[in-house]
Order: sequence, then structure tokens, then C-alpha cells
Amino acid sequence: MKKRRKELAVVVSQEQLADGIYSMWIQAESAPDAVPGQFISMYTMDSGKLLPRPISICEIDKAGAALRVVYRVTGEKTGTEQFSKLSAGDSIPIIGPLGNGFPMEKAAGKKAFLIGGGIGVPPILELSKELECDKKQIVVGYRDAHTFLREEFERNGEVYISTEDGSVGTKGNVLDAIAGHALAADIIYACGPGPMLRAVKEYAGRNNIVCYISLEERMACGIGACLGCVCQTKERDSHSNVHNRRICKDGPVFLSTEVEI
Amino acid sequence: MNMKVNIAGVEWKNPVTVASGTFGSGAEFAEFIDLNRLGAVTTKGVANVPWPGNPTPRVAEVYGGMMNAIGLQNPGIDLFCERDIPFLRQYDTKIIVNVCGKSAEDYCEVAERLADEAVDMLEINISCPNVKEGGIAFGQSPKSAEDITKEVKKYAKQPVIMKLSPNVTDIAEMAKAVEAGGADAVSLINTLTGMKIDIHRRTFALANQTGGVSGPAIHPIAVRMVYQASQAVKVPIIGMGGIASAEDAIEMMLAGASAVSVGTANFHNPAVTMEIIEGIEEYLRQNRMNDVRELVGAVHAGIN
Repeated sequence: MKKRRKELAVVVSQEQLADGIYSMWIQAESAPDAVPGQFISMYTMDSGKLLPRPISICEIDKAGAALRVVYRVTGEKTGTEQFSKLSAGDSIPIIGPLGNGFPMEKAAGKKAFLIGGGIGVPPILELSKELECDKKQIVVGYRDAHTFLREEFERNGEVYISTEDGSVGTKGNVLDAIAGHALAADIIYACGPGPMLRAVKEYAGRNNIVCYISLEERMACGIGACLGCVCQTKERDSHSNVHNRRICKDGPVFLSTEVEI
Repeated sequence: MNMKVNIAGVEWKNPVTVASGTFGSGAEFAEFIDLNRLGAVTTKGVANVPWPGNPTPRVAEVYGGMMNAIGLQNPGIDLFCERDIPFLRQYDTKIIVNVCGKSAEDYCEVAERLADEAVDMLEINISCPNVKEGGIAFGQSPKSAEDITKEVKKYAKQPVIMKLSPNVTDIAEMAKAVEAGGADAVSLINTLTGMKIDIHRRTFALANQTGGVSGPAIHPIAVRMVYQASQAVKVPIIGMGGIASAEDAIEMMLAGASAVSVGTANFHNPAVTMEIIEGIEEYLRQNRMNDVRELVGAVHAGIN
């Protein structure tokens, strides 16, 4: 079997979408293998910053062997700030794609919610492009009027927006947008911050809807070896033999009923 | 050119293994490298029963390294023997099983259980800083380190490597103590206890509050401790602590290590061990040396 490897991807383009939110296209040999919901490990060129930054895949261009990542700069002098300064032609070491994507086949013939919140919005874009279902309802939540990727979502389904400050769409969170528009679904795919995922999991449970959520955690290896990024599970997991699963290797997408968040 | 080393009667094809906890039991890294090329694989610590480990966040980056407080999550010796040992046996590399426990009985139970398994060496972890009971409790006083070594040696059939903590006043005393207890080899250093605080949230970066610091930042400390231990004991030393390149590995061997373990650097590049092995060979060629063992303890005071 051909070995996987850390490779030097090449930046195709970079642009700022909103305050602290950047979009970068990179060309990588491993790109055509990617599916919606997976992530890549991105490394800085600073030898003092050793660990990869796990960044979700926002779009996949299989033919062009390219991936798009949309990410938040987490502060000054951070790895993500370094990424934001790269421009076309620059190199960036990556390992990708990693983890398991959203199980898209489960949506066949169903009414789906594709839910994204904050920096959990980007992976929902490729999902919204590729998902085949009866009714595609994209519900995305933002802090304020910086509703990045909104126009691109509008090409792929019905889009409902929530903002915390009420500047665009429904004031509140994604569940407020769902309630406000009296939407219904029989399958959910969601990615976003912990409190949003907890609320979505609870909503899915209450309404008996199959729900897949994409989790995030601090990672070290990104490939399943170090056990840094575990989440708690309801049942004993067959790999760990305890109530833990690895977000990087067994996830990041999990059935909401199998994880304790 | 000879790359083989002999560690307590076990011949490795080269002096490079991986540090426990950074490599699982090899399955994940087998997607990236050929495990046959490693001198040995050192597994993640395994206890007599499954351990759930600590709450998350379990890892944080620090400049030049990282901190972890995984808390020795492991599947327990039963599943380990059923799954991990047969997996590793497919490869032509030595198997070192890292053993953790909360009491002397725990360690002995695992050592006894492994006695008839196809593993080559045991590494006894008396130095994990991230679990409240056991582990480090045995690794911070010479007397208890000597005692636990004696106990484990009663049950172990394979050579026993005692893994030492750097969180002690005198590393030479600790090395001497486990040697007196019958250790066949020593490995050092485990991680240094550290703490990181998120100044924006004003919280601890790790749920465990403290964690073990590893990576290139700790390399000079590891080199110093390996040198001091090598001056104090006769048993072979497996040196580790921030090794990220062939140069680091060679430095560790010059300080007195007969073999080296690569840990945190595996997270920066899953294929780093292959580069290190090739780099050591290249260094020997360039320096017209025929045997990697010529490096061991070859540092000298020199004339400035």
C-alpha cells in the first residue's frame, strides 16, 4: 500500500472574508481523496510551533487537486495568523485529508438540515454542494452581519441565517432560525461550537431526528495515535476499550446519540 | 557499516525507537512509515485494566514543544495482548511494551501476563506526571524506585527497562537505585511537569492543570540527564527528550545513550524516524565511522 505522507501544498489564492476570517485555496496531491466533513493538518513554517492545526475542509476541487480552507485567525503570533499571511505560490506543509466525513448516503430521499455555526460554517459548504436529498435546508449562524460564504450557500439550497445581534436573518441562534421559519427535517448534519452542538443534539433527540455532529478538540498528532482529542461516548468504544473515541481518527463526525458532549 | 545495537541482550537493527505514548501501538503510523525499519516500537503504556484517562483538553502547544496530560488512557492488557501484540508481530522490529500501574501489584500483574507473550522488552513507567496515584509516586524516591524494580523483576521474563522521571533532584541517584533493583536498562527522560495558562480566558490550558512538557525545548535537559545517568550506571541507557533530528539523536548517543527514542517529533512529521535513521547513517559515513556503537558516550572534554 502506498504510504501517506506530510506534503508541501502550494497556495493558489488567499482572501479575507470577514474580520479575522480567511479563505485559502491550496493545491495538494492528496486533495482528490477528500470528502465533505474531513479536515487537514496544517503546519506552520515556525520551527517553534510543532503541532499541526486541524482545519476543516470547506471546498474540494477534485479535478484541480485543490482544497479550500476557511479559517479563523485565533490571535496575534498564532499559527493561524501565519497562515493568513501566505499568498499565491507560497508553500504550506499539510497532512490531508484526515478523519471521516459526513455520511451523505443517509440523506437520500430525506428532508435535511445542514447546520453550521461560527467557524463551523465552512465544512457545511462542500456538504451542501455534494449532498443529495429531498429538501436541502441550510441553516447557518453568525455572530453579526459578517455572514461569510452566504452567497455561496444560496447556490446550493434554501438558506436560513441567524445572527446573535439580529443584524441579518433571525436574531438568536440556528435553532431560533429553525423555529422562526417553522422548518422541519428528518436528518441533521451540524458543525459548530460546543453550546450550539449540545442544543442541536438535544433538539434532534426531542424530535427523534437522526443527527450527525462534527466535533472539535485540541489535537497533537491528528492521526489517532496520541489520544489527545478524545470525546466521551455512551457505549464502551471497541478501539479504546473505554468510553472514549478519538475525534481525529474515529470522527470528527459522530452520530449525536453516541457521544456525550 | 553496523547500525545494530544490543540493549540488555536484545539486538535492535538500529538504535532508533519511538517514545511511549506518541505512537500508539504503531497501527496509525504504519500508514505513513515502514515499521520494519525501526529498531524497536515502544507502545503506549498499558495497565492491568482499561483506564479512561483525563478530561480534555489533554494537549497544548508551548513554544518549542507541547504539554500533555493524557492520563495514561489505555485499553487494558487483555485487549492489548489480543490485538496490539499480533499487529506488531507482523513486522520485523523489536517490541517494547510500556507498562503502567497504580500499585506494585498492578505492574507485576501486567509483567506476569506478558511473560509468555511474544514481546522483547518491558519498559516500566514510574514517571508519568499526569496521574495522581502510582506512576510518578514510584519514580521520585530512590528507595521506592529500587523496590518497584525488584518487584517487577520477580515476574518479568523479558529484560526490564525502567523509565525515569526528570522531575527529581538527582537523576544519577535514581538511575543507580533502579540498577541496584535489577533493572536491565534505563530510559530517560519522561516529560517535565509544566503548566500553561490561557491569559484571555484566565484558565488552565489543560483540564488537568499541569502536564508533561516535551519536544525540542527540553532536549538540553535530557542530554544533561542522560550524561549524568551514564556516568552513574553500567546498564544501557535509552535516551529521549526532544529528539527531532539525526543531530539530536547523535548528540544523545554521544552523551551516553546506547539507543534513542523519538517522541513529540512524530507529531510534527510522522516520517521523522526514517529521516533520523538515514541521518545517523549519513553522519557515520561522513565521519568515516563503521559502527554506530562508536558514538555511545564518545563525548570528551576537548580543548578550547
